[in-house]
Amino acid sequence: MYPRPIPPTARTERRLYLVLVIAILVVWLAPLFAIILTSFRSSADVANGNLWGWPTQFNLIDNYTGVFSRTPMAQYFLNSLLITVPSVIGVLVLSTLSGFVLAKYRFRGNMALFAVFVGGNFMPAQIMMIPVRDLMVRLGLYDTTFALIIFHVAFQTGFATLFMRNFVAALPDELFEAARAEGASPAQILRHVVFPLVRPAFAALAILTFTFIWNDYFWAVVLTISDTVKPVTAGLANLRGQYVSEWNIISAATMIVAVPPVVMFFLMQRHFIAGLTMGAVKG
Amino acid sequence: MTSIWRRQSGWATPTLFILPAIILFGVVIVLSSLQSLWISLHDWDGMGAMTWVGLDNYRELFGDPQFFVSLKNNLIWLIIFMAAPPAGLGIALLVNQQIAGMRILKSLFFVPLVLASVAVGVVFTWVYTPGFGLLALIFSAFGATAPALLSDEHFVTFAVVFAALWPQIAFCMVLYLAGLNSLSSDLIGAGRVDGAKGWNMLRHVVLPQLTQVTFIAIAITAIGALRSFDMVSVMTQGGPFGSSSVLAYQMYEQSIFSYRFGYGAAIATVLLAIMAVFIAWYLSRIIRAEARS
Repeated sequence: MYPRPIPPTARTERRLYLVLVIAILVVWLAPLFAIILTSFRSSADVANGNLWGWPTQFNLIDNYTGVFSRTPMAQYFLNSLLITVPSVIGVLVLSTLSGFVLAKYRFRGNMALFAVFVGGNFMPAQIMMIPVRDLMVRLGLYDTTFALIIFHVAFQTGFATLFMRNFVAALPDELFEAARAEGASPAQILRHVVFPLVRPAFAALAILTFTFIWNDYFWAVVLTISDTVKPVTAGLANLRGQYVSEWNIISAATMIVAVPPVVMFFLMQRHFIAGLTMGAVKG
Repeated sequence: MTSIWRRQSGWATPTLFILPAIILFGVVIVLSSLQSLWISLHDWDGMGAMTWVGLDNYRELFGDPQFFVSLKNNLIWLIIFMAAPPAGLGIALLVNQQIAGMRILKSLFFVPLVLASVAVGVVFTWVYTPGFGLLALIFSAFGATAPALLSDEHFVTFAVVFAALWPQIAFCMVLYLAGLNSLSSDLIGAGRVDGAKGWNMLRHVVLPQLTQVTFIAIAITAIGALRSFDMVSVMTQGGPFGSSSVLAYQMYEQSIFSYRFGYGAAIATVLLAIMAVFIAWYLSRIIRAEARS
């Protein structure tokens, strides 16, 4: 292991090291603490510049209920769920199918197709912006959740296909040969061999795409304008313009945007990290 | 006859499986990107007919002072972002100890990574708020007054990039932690026997084993720097007076606010051309690694 582990016997050293790490962590997360703290404060404290001292009153509940009652944040939150959940399911379905084919069937253009899926993912969003927006206008989907769902499924399928392909490719070939020898059709192989074995990949992919799609801001502002469709990210940007000096309200709204991916991350951390670092350590 | 049918049906299902992904990705991502190249050769308000103008949009772009401001800012992003891989490695080394309680601390270091960039933008706007924010507080502790970073054209881009570094460092840290966990203990042990310690060990024994991680960290950080849009949009909207704009933001502004879709497409094309260098580098490494396995 590197750096050299501090031996379990060196109790004091271990404790001091932990204190050092905590101190650095506090600095690292200080900006976040600032927002959390502000989301507890009253407007009077914010107006008087009492941002770091003890709050004169705790407005935690008022601020958060205020966000939901005075702003369309509840609607934005619902919209985000209505966009993110179907998109994640769509990505999982499409990428399992395509990843399985790319991993276990040899055909000409396999590698080229793979490169297109991976490369497409690194394109700047702006290069697709005008035609995608135009496409959605022509389909009558502009400013609907479908526009965002279709785009996110298409875009994330690139990364997800790479992910599923690598995962399925790592499954032993013998399994597939045995299934084929027994006369299983590709559909049966998918159902009885691939699906049961890719569960961990599903978990990793689901948490990653959930985070990517929930956090998307660019496509939200390009493809939606109405409050009834907008997700939380675009909604928060709007609120910033409306509640310029009410930092307690904006902070609470920011927390509402930030919390779902953070909670998902803590629930499924192992899968998240495994998914994110795939390809980084091997090869 | 039956054998041919068999062979065909053997291909029919896999083709059917991969087709939805190919069609959707092909139409929405690939075709759209190509279409933008075509649009960049036209004058278009997004609604009426497109007028062919050849390379006029590009000619105008290279005479547009705002284009060079954005380009310079993209370069600043790229250079400062290169601090993310070493900083990420630093934190990874710091927390790579098996001490009770370290696991939860590690997870807390990851948090900026999963925050929406809009949220990061708002958080740092708050940090930078003159008179109130965390920065103002730190300055006043030294008896100084913090500059209004986001309204100062000399500081603004640096302030935005610094904020964007936060999640990027967390990302690199995750990569390096995974890398550190897959180090060969034999090589480390051999290094220790040879008396390698600290910096020497890192430089000659550890880093050579982390080249793949370092490559991915640098490539993805570079692409991320050039793609930056969200933070600029949320924190400054390119201001003051366009001084913090980047190509991605300028493109958006020209298209959505000024209805100059042809000009916007030309900016996007230039951005893509710059990024293509890094994308091609990344892809060629990935594909070579695939071909080997």
